[in-house]
Amino acid sequence: MSTKLAVTHRRPLTMALAAAGLALAAAGAGAQSDDKTLREIERYREMLQDGNPAELLVMRGEELWKTKRGPKNASLEQCDLGLGPGVVKGAYAQLPRYFADADQVMDFEARLVHCMVTLQGFDRAAVTKSPFSGAGQRATDIEAITAYVVEQSRGMPIAVPQNHPKEKASFERGKYLFYMRAGPYDFACATCHGVDGQRIRLQDLPNFEKPEPAQRAFATWPAYRVSQGALRTMQWRVNDCFRQQRWPEPIFISQGTIDLITFLGVKANGGKMASPSIKR
Amino acid sequence: MNKALAAAGACAVALAGCASMMYTPPTKEETLAVIKSSFKDRGIAKVDRLNQTELQLVCTETHNNPPKEVRERLEKAALATVKYPSDGKWLGDYKQGERVAQTGVGLQWNDKPGAPAGGNCYACHQLSKAEISFGNIGPSLYNYGKKRGNDKQTLRYTWAKIWNAHAFNACSSMPRFGDAGILTEAQIKDVMALLLDPASPVNQ
Repeated sequence: MSTKLAVTHRRPLTMALAAAGLALAAAGAGAQSDDKTLREIERYREMLQDGNPAELLVMRGEELWKTKRGPKNASLEQCDLGLGPGVVKGAYAQLPRYFADADQVMDFEARLVHCMVTLQGFDRAAVTKSPFSGAGQRATDIEAITAYVVEQSRGMPIAVPQNHPKEKASFERGKYLFYMRAGPYDFACATCHGVDGQRIRLQDLPNFEKPEPAQRAFATWPAYRVSQGALRTMQWRVNDCFRQQRWPEPIFISQGTIDLITFLGVKANGGKMASPSIKR
Repeated sequence: MNKALAAAGACAVALAGCASMMYTPPTKEETLAVIKSSFKDRGIAKVDRLNQTELQLVCTETHNNPPKEVRERLEKAALATVKYPSDGKWLGDYKQGERVAQTGVGLQWNDKPGAPAGGNCYACHQLSKAEISFGNIGPSLYNYGKKRGNDKQTLRYTWAKIWNAHAFNACSSMPRFGDAGILTEAQIKDVMALLLDPASPVNQ
């Protein structure tokens, strides 16, 4: 049912995209300054805010969260996301963090998998096999639940903790990974995300060394990606960056990906969550 | 510093449970072990891509700002990798060069092995006036040939810059299009023509 709804919802967005594309082309033809182009892009982004298909996924995710499922026939309502069992409000904004029961720093997606395995009895390998949906496909359970949980942090300050020694170590490893140059193109995350005002083509690249762009970026993931017709999580964001970096594929919810997200989150502390957002 | 002292003080008083609360930063070996165990082979992108070259390691650890003598040594070594055109012809077809400049595929895990890669020049540079979707990580190359001409020195410099940009800036962000085998010699000639042929849209 939600798939059908998502399709009808997507149509006006595609039209908006086409209209904004024309506006962009028209602006480009006469534009001498970057400013004017950037204003047009900003206008296009505003047009996108009208209807976010992620709302439907938030509803599906809530249902998944509250429904008894899995071999243990349990819901996720007793899942401890760091603020105590069952507390969802504001939890996403304070992740990744250290969890004593797993003796590990976990991001939201790692913690969700942990709860699906320990509370509901799902098989870890099965749950993590295909965490991301293909373009235009029905969202995975992980994506839908992520949409629901992150929605419960909307407007709340990002506060990724740095108290436990393992949280500090996670940040340090994430920082090293952020600056690490490797692969046939010699790219690091920092190649694109360590300088102010950089763009690939017309796409802005947030500089994670500065609070304001780091906050704006971190606050707006996960996001509904119009061009892919899909809700994209932070693990997906990191994965697709590494693809373009010409690195091997990061393993879903591996410690390295969590460390990188810890680094990005701490850099974004103080920003206000605004997710799921909608992006081109 | 004060916090660390206070924590140590607290530990001296209440011995139990302190070991787990003491923070020691991860060593480089620990960090790299975690990073390397967090990636897997996919398609043509294998985990051995995480084995850094000396230049990658130096640029990582100095945040792209190595000491002068290291920088000069790396630049000299990079310049030595440059293979100039085997037939002495520098310029190919600028129309083909524009295609190379527009295309961003190549060497990603979802790219087919052996499929020709693009140069993706527009991702970072302005080139022709007609293409308004260009990035700004590198400088604008609009009118590159018009401004520089195409004497032997310019031809050699431009070729070397495309082949291995680290020859002129040790920790340049620009990929080594020739040295890393991203583009073929013929493709580099076409990009050279895009930059330097007086008839190229870049020079209008």
